[in-house]
Amino acid sequence: MKKMLSGNEAIARGMWEAGVVVASAYPGTPSTEILENYALFPNVYAEWAPNEKVAVDVAVGAAYAGQRALAAMKHVGLNVAADSFMYAAMTGLEAGLVIVSADDPAMHSSQNEQDNRAFAKLGRVPCLEPSDSQEAKDMVIAAFELSERFDTPVLLRVTTRICHSMSAVELGERREPSTERKPFPRNPAKYVMVPGNAVKRHPLIEQRMKDVAAMAETYALNRLEPGSRALGILTSGISYQYVKEVFPEASVLKLGLSWPLPEKMIRDIAASVERLIVVEELDPFIEEAVRLMGIPCEGKSIFPITGELDPRVVRESAIQAGLLPKSKRVPQPEVETGSLPSRPPVLCPGCPHRPTFYVLSKLKMPVNGDIGCYTLGLLPPLNAIHTCGCMGASIGVAHGAALAGSPERHVAVIGDSTFFHSGIPPLINAVYNKSPIVTIILDNRITGMTGHQQNPGTGHTLLGKESTIVELEPLVRACGVKHVTTLLGAEVDSIEKTLKEYLKLDEPSVLIVVEPCVLLPEERKKWVPLEVLADKCNGCTICFRIGCPAILKSDELDEKYQRPKALIDPALCTGCEVCAQVCPRDAIPFRVASDATSDV
Amino acid sequence: MRDSINFLLAGVGGQGTILASDVLVNVGLEAGYQAKQAEVHGMSQRGGSVTSFVRWGKTVHSPLVGAGEVDVLLAFEKLEALRVLNQLRAGAVALINNQVIEPLTVITGGAEYPSDEKIKAACAAVTPRAVFVDGEAIAKSLGNPRVANVVLLGALSALLERDQAAGPELTAEVWLKVITERVPKKHVELNRQAFQAGREAVGRK
Repeated sequence: MKKMLSGNEAIARGMWEAGVVVASAYPGTPSTEILENYALFPNVYAEWAPNEKVAVDVAVGAAYAGQRALAAMKHVGLNVAADSFMYAAMTGLEAGLVIVSADDPAMHSSQNEQDNRAFAKLGRVPCLEPSDSQEAKDMVIAAFELSERFDTPVLLRVTTRICHSMSAVELGERREPSTERKPFPRNPAKYVMVPGNAVKRHPLIEQRMKDVAAMAETYALNRLEPGSRALGILTSGISYQYVKEVFPEASVLKLGLSWPLPEKMIRDIAASVERLIVVEELDPFIEEAVRLMGIPCEGKSIFPITGELDPRVVRESAIQAGLLPKSKRVPQPEVETGSLPSRPPVLCPGCPHRPTFYVLSKLKMPVNGDIGCYTLGLLPPLNAIHTCGCMGASIGVAHGAALAGSPERHVAVIGDSTFFHSGIPPLINAVYNKSPIVTIILDNRITGMTGHQQNPGTGHTLLGKESTIVELEPLVRACGVKHVTTLLGAEVDSIEKTLKEYLKLDEPSVLIVVEPCVLLPEERKKWVPLEVLADKCNGCTICFRIGCPAILKSDELDEKYQRPKALIDPALCTGCEVCAQVCPRDAIPFRVASDATSDV
Repeated sequence: MRDSINFLLAGVGGQGTILASDVLVNVGLEAGYQAKQAEVHGMSQRGGSVTSFVRWGKTVHSPLVGAGEVDVLLAFEKLEALRVLNQLRAGAVALINNQVIEPLTVITGGAEYPSDEKIKAACAAVTPRAVFVDGEAIAKSLGNPRVANVVLLGALSALLERDQAAGPELTAEVWLKVITERVPKKHVELNRQAFQAGREAVGRK
């Protein structure tokens, strides 16, 4: 039976067919839907871990205990999990262990576009790269087989175009996991990586990679597609599809296993063609390895090292390099549009983060931000995020800036899920090293940016079970913070008042602003659009400064100042009342007030 | 049946662009094509521009379509149509929802939303086959502005039928089957009406 699946849905299906017993992940685009979809299968276990390192440790534990396990994350998540990935590469395991890294070439939703195939080489771990949804499913199964055959974790490296593209997949049967409960291995030489044991493991994993490389020469997922003698192409992952589109005549060696490489296969194709090129997105990963074999080839001298490839980029690069005639160029229409207004993502109408950023913007504080919806506080007119690098960076960066003598007081802004992810150690550091920074935890009761995933603060698990709520305020107090305020409801005045008090302190303080994401199903039921009383509005523009997409400029001008009055789009407004809170002329009635009026 | 048809869908986060491309890729599969779809979400869920490619063909390799190779544009918002016009091949079909969603850059001043004359002139420079449909108004008249995407799909189905582009197997029933499978049960009838109204909007029952 064939079914249209996204790459992420196909990976989930592959996990189910492979009989995965434990799956753990932290959400991150473009990887999030892998576990979300896997959790929909009957009788499986899948969990959100607070961060990617924990997810890998959980999967390692399960694989040590003799059951197939998988951890999934976006590319930068593997940086967080690198320590665990590297020891697992040293120890090996008792049952299959697969780490999925979903890379994001072109940085559609990321801070960088690192090429995580490098981790395979760094860790001495095999790397599989699917080219469509069918292969994404098949390679999950292949990855578990490789893992168990060679006693190694396997990296399944996908990219946004694999994760979020749909193509047809032939569904297969499930391999039921073993019901046998083996005793946990007591094998310190293999599983306790003290130096004396680690020293003995290192040569073993070097040999392991030689064994995998030997197997790779006849591995079904490495496929030679013979063609013209004029041009030979080495490629992997999504790039294979662009190669087939642009060079239908060429000889192609498709590397499903992109690490370690099948040297003999590569030598054979190199010897059989006049010109050998490598088409790969991002880094010259295959190209450099082939050059080290002493085989001449071209890659990044022809194709870009930045961004995504697509058929046009590959074709244009090939024409430039003389690989294709100019007649192959696809004409692009010339359209005179001038510069068009951009449409950046914005904080949604009703976003509970808006009042905090309005206050920060008004007080003109330097704000060290973090990863989440609230990063969008950087946009005009709020302009209230001044650094953002990675998950959990805000508090440490604010502390460092304060230490360096930054003349203003620094505010760190971090979301609830990001705080659980990696905000706790830097907060402990700020306390321990007596930092006068103010930390604001924006608790919207969910993991927002990736599309509403549960986290330790929400009281629900990925499988929809009720669970203990890890409360933020006791946690923050336990870190040693003496000045903690939890505001239930995000309101401009109370945020401003508490923040101003905390700015007078010379000790660390934490303000927790609790207000659920307005897009949560329960919150949507409460939406009531507000209205502007046109006779009261004088077009002062203060409500425009909160940056709400629901507040428009009216065609009606204020008589005295000739300024456009404000107008609220009832289709977008949720009734969060932040505009009403900042309006100096009471031109936007509060819900309670307007309800009362309508009762009269 | 053509060798291949490349679609580009463009809209604003929240307009149902992704649902529409999900429908389109599955209609292709039902019609006997190989079909692939590529989208980017993430930040786009927060009111940003959303684009998605759908390809039908005897063989489809790349899920992405190179600039200049788009055969059919389905745009849910006029500015977003304008933004991607240079990806169309000359003479492509452009089906555009007559809807304006002002981006924040326009609302807060600084940027200006392009005039209708400018949009029409730019379309005409690329293709004589630009069709504007009042998807939002039609959806509102049916009682729910959110089905504008299905109104547009109805119009698209009629245009493809008129051009005989996708072969005779591709009937309105195929589209309706795929749509019905993807919307909540209580909204099936509304979506049927929206699809039908879209077909009638471009002069086909």
